[in-house]
Amino acid sequence: MIYEPSWIAVIIFLIFVAATMGLSFYLGSRSRSSQGYFAAHGQIPWFINGIAFAGDYLSAASFLGICGMIAFYGYDGFLYSIGYLAGWIVALFVVAEPMKRLGKFTFADALDSRFQSRGIKLTVGISTLAVSLFYLIPQMVGAGALVQPLLGLSHWQGVALVGATVIFIVVSAGMVSTTYVQFLKGGLLVLFSLVLTVMILNRGLIVQQGGIDGHQFRTLGPVSDEQLAKPDWTEQFFFKSSLEDVDLAWSERGYYRIHDSLNNEITTWRLEPLPDGQYLLREAQTVTRTPDGTVLVNGQPKGVRKGEPELHPVGYLSSLSNGKTRTGPLNPISYLQEIYGAEVVQWPSESIVEADGSRTTFYYPKVTPGSRLLMPGNHPTFKGIHSNHLSDRINFVSLMLALFCGTASLPHILIRYYTVKDEVSARKSTIVGIGAIGFFYILTLYLGLGAMVSGALDVTDTNMAAPLLAKSMNEWLFAMISAIAFTTVLGTVSGLILASSGAITHDLLMSTFRLKLNDFEQVRIAKFASVLIGAIAIVLGIVFEKLNVTYLVGWAFSVAASANLPALVMMLFWKGTTKQGVIAAVTVGMVSSLAWILLSEDTFKSVYGLDPSLAIVPFSQPGIVTIPLGFLTLIVVSLMTRSRE
Amino acid sequence: MARNAKIGLVLFVVYLLCYAGFVGLNAFSPQVMAQTPYPQINLATVYGFGLILLALLLSLVYGVLCFFCGDRQGPAS
Repeated sequence: MIYEPSWIAVIIFLIFVAATMGLSFYLGSRSRSSQGYFAAHGQIPWFINGIAFAGDYLSAASFLGICGMIAFYGYDGFLYSIGYLAGWIVALFVVAEPMKRLGKFTFADALDSRFQSRGIKLTVGISTLAVSLFYLIPQMVGAGALVQPLLGLSHWQGVALVGATVIFIVVSAGMVSTTYVQFLKGGLLVLFSLVLTVMILNRGLIVQQGGIDGHQFRTLGPVSDEQLAKPDWTEQFFFKSSLEDVDLAWSERGYYRIHDSLNNEITTWRLEPLPDGQYLLREAQTVTRTPDGTVLVNGQPKGVRKGEPELHPVGYLSSLSNGKTRTGPLNPISYLQEIYGAEVVQWPSESIVEADGSRTTFYYPKVTPGSRLLMPGNHPTFKGIHSNHLSDRINFVSLMLALFCGTASLPHILIRYYTVKDEVSARKSTIVGIGAIGFFYILTLYLGLGAMVSGALDVTDTNMAAPLLAKSMNEWLFAMISAIAFTTVLGTVSGLILASSGAITHDLLMSTFRLKLNDFEQVRIAKFASVLIGAIAIVLGIVFEKLNVTYLVGWAFSVAASANLPALVMMLFWKGTTKQGVIAAVTVGMVSSLAWILLSEDTFKSVYGLDPSLAIVPFSQPGIVTIPLGFLTLIVVSLMTRSRE
Repeated sequence: MARNAKIGLVLFVVYLLCYAGFVGLNAFSPQVMAQTPYPQINLATVYGFGLILLALLLSLVYGVLCFFCGDRQGPAS
């Protein structure tokens, strides 16, 4: 699709950036001390901290990723919503109050509270940096992907813009400004998601044959093999037409390109087999990248302005239950019931490499019952639950375990417990956070399903589903949702940079290397560290442009859950825990989960571009092995070193 | 605060069992999730929404129980 920068979006976006920067500048005077810079003096009101939890946690992966996944694959995206929220139960019932009681600035403070060990500070500081960097990459990549179509900037410009803005926010006022940016972002995100959901329900459902640009996708046939064998078979559908010469790989996969001379139109068609042995011809779309870098859309050079060749937006229903063509306004339950009884036109893709080196990606319509889309198992990550292999099912369990355990192990979330005055406030703010986050995750199902039938989906970019859904409503809403999505990245990235700079200053420099720093120097070093981490994040965001965002978030959750949770839980609930046990558990959890990921099928396929069957580990998600391994390591090492302590 | 920890652990186990049931059914008996306990709403949807609402409910219950068991008596408790 061709994205033209929307002036309304640009203006609202600039207002958002100016407001966040102005707020940071204004709050700068309140955070001169290290206690102010890292923990906002512990004076953030619990309600504001609770909404800031939502702002911190609801990252680009939550908002753009989950909505996009539901829009393209149905219920599977909702599994992430369920898993991400479940993690907050661990945070509230197990971690919240002890974290506030035991720590001061960083996650390592809490783990080290009983031991005063340089080894713990060093290990946990490194683990904090590793998890934060893994989490930073997808946020920065997401920022670039978002800014590119909205503001007309290139990917690297978008990443650099986000990086520079975040560095300014963090350097100017540390945790104080970060908290208020996250509070505003969290509140706005939930509010506008609610507005969008109400509009989706009010619009109801309509049967269509194409997207919002008015293009009607056609279905021809049925045709038989005998008919297709005739050289002029296209003329039974188009008066004066002929088959275009295409690569052999096209016909092997059942694709044809037809030139309609009467309308001077070139279209792509896919054969869809019918049970009686005949075929339907469904109009498809193609994107071809030639070896010289030219991009062709449906066989013609891709346009740069509206009206020129581009992919048509998709996302529509081909039928509703009982032969209806529209439903009118619906309530939250009847909306799901109507989707269940409807047929949705999905647009899967497949790619081929042609003899001349060109790579063509086909996007073709596939009519799918709504009842199937409201079941898990459509997305490649979750397809395993319908497989006969036990390892595929264990992979699913492992992912859901990592989501459950990962939240309460993310350093940038945990340090938010230091910004309130006491344990009661820590608990109350977590309850507010669960309320806001849970409510948002309920809305994600409606946002995703609304996008699925909005007629505005871009087949090449799942992340743009939510902003494009808003665009199908009106331009102002699109501008607001886009600006909020951008602020979403700002809020999460600033929290991550702050957690990392705290780990560098307190855990590594002051505790491990015994650097004596006064209050002023601590803040100054932390600001330098923030600039450094921000710069690294910008570089990584540019280098990993092509890597899947959701995939990287999964890495961060698995590493966090494996490295941090066993040590934290055992330190709280087992008196026999020793400092050697903590160090060993964090090290083994971090190294084993990282190694597992790097040796997995997903990484072989998506990162190395190798044959996935060469992967060494039996399934891709490490949590089910590496989280228990962390617990086991801690118990064994603690028992071995207990007497010495 | 030890009492809060006990309340938290009990509620945690309640939620963990419900979550484990959801994951287990999806992984090892996904066809069960296709059943429709409510007209045209399948178990996957009901259970998914149920887990989110249960999290909200249990967190409120925890807040209320902690209030009556300790917070109300002031910081000394």
